[in-house]
Amino acid sequence: MQQHSNAYIIGFAAAVCLVCSIVVSSAAVALRPRQVANKELDRQKQVLTVAGLIETGQPLAAGEVQQLFDESIVARAIELATGAYDESVDPSTYDQRKATKDPAMSRPADPNNAGIRRLPNKAVVYQKVVDGEVEMLILPIEGAGLWSTLYGFIALAPDTSTIEGITFYEHGETPGLGGEVDNASWKALWPGREAFDASGQIAIEVIKGHAGPPAEDPYRVDGLSGATITGRGVSHLVRFWLSEDGFGPYLDQVRASEGGA
Amino acid sequence: MKLKQKQALLDPLFNDNPIATQVLGICSALAVTTKLETSVVMSLAVIAVLTLSNLSISLIRNLIPPSIRIIVQLTIIASLVIVTDQLLQAFLFDISKQLSVFVGLIITNCIIMGRAEAFAMQNPPFESFLDGLGNGFGYSLILIVVGFFRELIGTGKLFGHQVLSVVTEGGWYQPNGLFVLSPGAFFLIGVFIWWLRSWKPELQED
Repeated sequence: MQQHSNAYIIGFAAAVCLVCSIVVSSAAVALRPRQVANKELDRQKQVLTVAGLIETGQPLAAGEVQQLFDESIVARAIELATGAYDESVDPSTYDQRKATKDPAMSRPADPNNAGIRRLPNKAVVYQKVVDGEVEMLILPIEGAGLWSTLYGFIALAPDTSTIEGITFYEHGETPGLGGEVDNASWKALWPGREAFDASGQIAIEVIKGHAGPPAEDPYRVDGLSGATITGRGVSHLVRFWLSEDGFGPYLDQVRASEGGA
Repeated sequence: MKLKQKQALLDPLFNDNPIATQVLGICSALAVTTKLETSVVMSLAVIAVLTLSNLSISLIRNLIPPSIRIIVQLTIIASLVIVTDQLLQAFLFDISKQLSVFVGLIITNCIIMGRAEAFAMQNPPFESFLDGLGNGFGYSLILIVVGFFRELIGTGKLFGHQVLSVVTEGGWYQPNGLFVLSPGAFFLIGVFIWWLRSWKPELQED
């Protein structure tokens, strides 16, 4: 076999690296705007789904999603610890997940059973507004299931207790078992149930087995068969985000302003 | 087409199938085959990376210094995989979300490195291109067959459409959760290997 000098080997390696890095970086730069647009579109779709404005998996053009979103959804940033609105943050560009990883923009969470280690200082909440009236509050939720972190949204009525919907848009649970958290018929069990009991304590939970219809059994939701741990995870994460550690202060503010108005 | 070229293209389908006879690339075959749709997209991604890596490595095979050939192959393969991943994120966002890390893991898919080292380093570009295509199809064949049965038996769906009406929706079909889990893929691949070796006894070892 042909012998190569060290200079040739180094030169060859450098040339390969140069060509490959040009290819990779030009692909990354050229496709970046599309990818960002896709992520934003995906988030808007999820918010619209949980708000009951579109069906899961309904094919929609990007323009339609954008239009529906602009028409009926208002996004606002809040200070998580106090629940006050923070107008200095642009909700359309704020990346909550990135902020959670940034020490300057987040803090360690108190020990909890939802698998949350850090909390962002600011969060983005969505409101479904119809004719100037807030009809629904949509809060981002996340937490540990069996294998993965589940990311989703929960929609509450303006009374801050009645659940209007729930959705999970990203998870790595077992398809067919825990993965059924994104099954439309399971998600349909949530609307109408109450998150808080009469004394204001968080009451909602996912149980093992069947719960009654919302009117008779308002605080419990059917578990997913074969996915006890995922169900427990959903329970924990919903309860965490509605508690004082999560969106509690914000919900207090909403209740206060409702009562005052 | 010359005999050698034909062999390069068609052998990997059955006679020398990367998964069933070379037993390469099993881990991704287990992970992405829970649904037919992800299987198909993963197959296309692997075909694209495999043909392009075989082609480009074969083009420069006489220039690559033998002492650093493996790392050169890896660099080329990794670049192609990143570009493929970026393309999926830009144009097939929903599916790329489901495939998650497995597109990135094509880099470690033994089929690609294996074909680069075993074939593309010794053969001219056109044959290498066909070999990549053939092995890509061989891999896809298994992925799609496994994906078809896992989705159908495990959830009663095909491409996300309900084909068998399942009990939870008021139908008759009780989905078999085993097929959704990784062991289901093992059984199916096992059955495929069994079938292949009964059909072509020359593949059986003593």
